Amino acid sequence: MNQKESQAVNRREFIFACKRALPLAGLLFFPLSATDLILAQENEKYNPTEHNYAMGIDTHKCIGCGRCADACKKENNVPLEPIFFRTWVERYIIAGNGEVSVDSPNGGIDGFPEIKGDKEALRTFFVPKLCNHCANPPCVQVCPVGATFISRDGVVLVDEKYCVGCRYCIQACPYGARYLHPEKKVADKCTFCYHRIVKGLLPACVEVCPTQTRIFGEVGVRSSPLSRFVRFNDITVLKPSLNTSPKVYYAGTDGEVR
Amino acid sequence: MKKFRIRQQIISLSILFALLIASFIVARLILIPRSFGEYGHYRADAIDDITAQPINYAGSVACIECHDDIVELKANSNHKGLSCEICHGPAAKHIEAPDENLPSAPRERGFCPLCHGYDPSRPTGFPQIVTALHNPGTRCMSCHNPHNPILPHTPEDCSACHRGISNEKAVSPHSSLPCIKCHPASQEHMVNPRSASVQKPTGREFCGQCHSKDADSSRDIPRIDLKTHWERYLCWDCHYPHSPEAL
Repeated sequence: MNQKESQAVNRREFIFACKRALPLAGLLFFPLSATDLILAQENEKYNPTEHNYAMGIDTHKCIGCGRCADACKKENNVPLEPIFFRTWVERYIIAGNGEVSVDSPNGGIDGFPEIKGDKEALRTFFVPKLCNHCANPPCVQVCPVGATFISRDGVVLVDEKYCVGCRYCIQACPYGARYLHPEKKVADKCTFCYHRIVKGLLPACVEVCPTQTRIFGEVGVRSSPLSRFVRFNDITVLKPSLNTSPKVYYAGTDGEVR
Repeated sequence: MKKFRIRQQIISLSILFALLIASFIVARLILIPRSFGEYGHYRADAIDDITAQPINYAGSVACIECHDDIVELKANSNHKGLSCEICHGPAAKHIEAPDENLPSAPRERGFCPLCHGYDPSRPTGFPQIVTALHNPGTRCMSCHNPHNPILPHTPEDCSACHRGISNEKAVSPHSSLPCIKCHPASQEHMVNPRSASVQKPTGREFCGQCHSKDADSSRDIPRIDLKTHWERYLCWDCHYPHSPEAL
């Protein structure tokens, strides 16, 4: 009796298993080729809720050529005066006595002058800077009109037509990443080249970086180059104590870099 | 029977309020853009405005269609990681009308040192030159092809690339030692410095060949007893071999 019952259960299980396997069997007969899947993905309209963009910066690799700052200006028509930047390269010089000096002549676009020598440089390196696209951005908090906002794909953007040019956000940004556009009289900042990334291109600074210092990718997507970068490096963010949750991840920086 | 009457002042007040509320609603409809608040406290149409910005950098994938020979040459060179537009500038317009919008091609001597000029802030091992000393007045392109930058001739000695270390060693007690005494380097390292790396000493015994108490070396060399002199450390934990001094 007991044996019979267990057999019956087994038969039932078998039928259920067959049912479950039916779609798999279907796949065997009507195979979807991988290229079809990829094509289908490409034809789909860009869906911002599927992305959460971020950038990694490997300061070990930065040679301070300033091509990123140059390309950014050319791509986004940033005014050429040496006080307006969406991204720029800073040179840190740490002297033997611990004194830190930072310079960034014209954002590094024209190169850097020789290190002047009365203080002996103990350590010196380049750090590219840009908007950190914080997940908790102070600039968005203070905007009185809702002209700056986090888009659904995690990029902090400015609405040019809605901005009243009150400069609150420029004051609020702890990273100095914003400036007032001298002609449009509105706040302007890095957009991660939003017009490029929604079309599948890389931001201009990442495109031109000769040493792959800048890594563009998405948070939480394991196949993204950024995830690899975050896995293999000790990551710091700038001014973590401010609780802004920046999404520009630095490798190779230390306490001197703010 | 007493008829229920709404008082005159209440009627006029409610008309006033109705007018105020209506004007508020009309003003709100006119002043606030239709798409405001669609995704959050911002104008959703702003996203379309930002997306509509024209693209200037086409991306190096675009270049291969016409310039496949140069792309292929570059793909096997030391400049393989470089996008074409780093040197040639934004080229999206060039793709639309190739003959009208020629991208720039920097040939002047000032351009290459933006990356390859000597700067101590650059990472160790990145190829750099001191522009004032490196064939002054000559265009970089007259010796180096930027699409396939190989060294026009093999450097004669280590100081051609490792000038900092070589200068330091030249004024140190180790000045008479050739680099290869401690770093056996193959000839290949001078041509392909990254793929053929040099060796470094690995243990205390290496320094001991000259500096140990019983070593067979010149009498003027300072000596220590390898067994008792900070036996748990490596020599270069305390002494910098390129400019050694007793600590």
